[in-house]
Amino acid sequence: MAKELIKGNVAMAEAAIRAGLEAYFGYPITPQTEVLEHLARRMPELGRAFVQAESEVAAINMVYGAACTGVRVMTSSSSPGVSLMQEGLSYIAGTEVPAVIINVMRGGPGLGNIAPAQSDYYQSVHGGGHGDYHPIVLAPASVQESIDLTVLSFELAEKYRNLAFVLSDGSVGQMMEPAELPPMQPIVKKNYDWAIGGKGTREKRILTSININPHDEEIANLRMLQTWFEIKKNEVRYKEYYLDDAEFLVIGFGTSGRVALSAVRKCREKGIKVGLLRPITVRPFPDEVIIELAERVQGILVVEMNQGQMLDDVMIAVGKKVPIEFYGRPGGVIPFPEDVESEIERMVSAKLEIVNNPRVAWLDRMLHR
Amino acid sequence: MHKEIMIAGYGGQGVLFAGQILAYTAMDIKMQVTWIPSYGPEMRGGTANCTVVISDQEIGSPQVAEPPIAILLNLPSYDKYEPLIKVGGVAVVNASMVDRGAIRTDIRTIFVEASRIAEEIGDTKLMNMVAVGALLAVLPELDIKEVKNALRLHLPSRHHALLPSNYLALERGFDAAVSQGHG
Repeated sequence: MAKELIKGNVAMAEAAIRAGLEAYFGYPITPQTEVLEHLARRMPELGRAFVQAESEVAAINMVYGAACTGVRVMTSSSSPGVSLMQEGLSYIAGTEVPAVIINVMRGGPGLGNIAPAQSDYYQSVHGGGHGDYHPIVLAPASVQESIDLTVLSFELAEKYRNLAFVLSDGSVGQMMEPAELPPMQPIVKKNYDWAIGGKGTREKRILTSININPHDEEIANLRMLQTWFEIKKNEVRYKEYYLDDAEFLVIGFGTSGRVALSAVRKCREKGIKVGLLRPITVRPFPDEVIIELAERVQGILVVEMNQGQMLDDVMIAVGKKVPIEFYGRPGGVIPFPEDVESEIERMVSAKLEIVNNPRVAWLDRMLHR
Repeated sequence: MHKEIMIAGYGGQGVLFAGQILAYTAMDIKMQVTWIPSYGPEMRGGTANCTVVISDQEIGSPQVAEPPIAILLNLPSYDKYEPLIKVGGVAVVNASMVDRGAIRTDIRTIFVEASRIAEEIGDTKLMNMVAVGALLAVLPELDIKEVKNALRLHLPSRHHALLPSNYLALERGFDAAVSQGHG
């Protein structure tokens, strides 16, 4: 298929349709609204379910209901809206049914603003709802990845009966790039052995997140963790840039990852041996490759559009093996390549120390700019 | 090849479409391209801008701190972005809506009476295409023929009656820049 110039948000919506999305429930919020807008037009013309719910709380519970029937179902929102969904997300996770959630992140906390941010990493990656559960989280950095990862999110959600997030941001959602959409997949009736929807003559099935007996709940928890380890074994994805001979490593996902790519290229032009690792699955986190890289680099710079959230996962992976530096722009600010470039240069020329919390020095630098 | 272009003006001047047509052209000649708008609660009637990055390799940052190339369509945009343009860069300025000369001497500034030329063609809305035409005089990587092609290929057919006047606007802008010794 030919490439077309397409907006990130629209691309995710159309990719979901082509992947066989059967039901969508959502509520408008900037900078995500084009997802809903596109589906509002396309879903009814295809005879599929589109509901603009009365709130995000209602939308996620509609998703829960539809997910129990085994159809491909999705919702989308932006940061404050996803906060509202947390209870429903925990119920979906606890019921072990597949669902896809798109979060086009914006500046926070609170009402914040509508500018691009990455400050929902903790909430998505480590589970913002109550209880132990393990969402899959895919972080696109481009329009093409927005398409590919939306399609993948459905496949993974169904394969593992798990929550799958597409963790985008206002920049990737609002930008237009040439991209190729997948061909339209026919909707397949899957007849899952767990799905409900009119039992006929077969035996009754129950889907619920209630386990009144704690020992039963414990068994459910262990089963979910087992599933998670299976996901972690099979589904790690990342992209490497200039890493072959790298002496310094930059790690960034989504928009901050691609800004870092520009900075890494500039530094390479100056002869600095620096490379970039861009996690595509931020959960499962690509910790094995990071552990490997930590063995052969002199310093690691984590770049994020938040106060340092993925930073924790890098620190858990690396431990005290090599100095870790942090550069973040929270609150809806996108760093420019020049900012990251000077951070790389600082890292390369400084006498680096292994510290407990790289945010302390970063905050000091930010306050004394 | 790596080009970073910022286009700024007020909402309604066709800022976003001017950027999109450059993005379509780049896509059609098999370049990588990223178009990103400013978006915010202040957009309607306020300032609007977009950034287009065209490259032959995977594009990193979609935004630039110091654009090497800018199209500035009104005075507030000119005042705001003239100081930010990269040394040695180029600014195409809509002289019809700007009542001052250039302050920067370390960039090239192309003043084009884009609004007046568009009015002469018969539609003030063509102002953005006049400005794009002027830019093409100093951006040989994008051939004016390819831009016309992109308009024809990507404008919905219900707008195709407007193609000849759009082509003319591009040409008039291009010629205006060339006649001043640019290009």
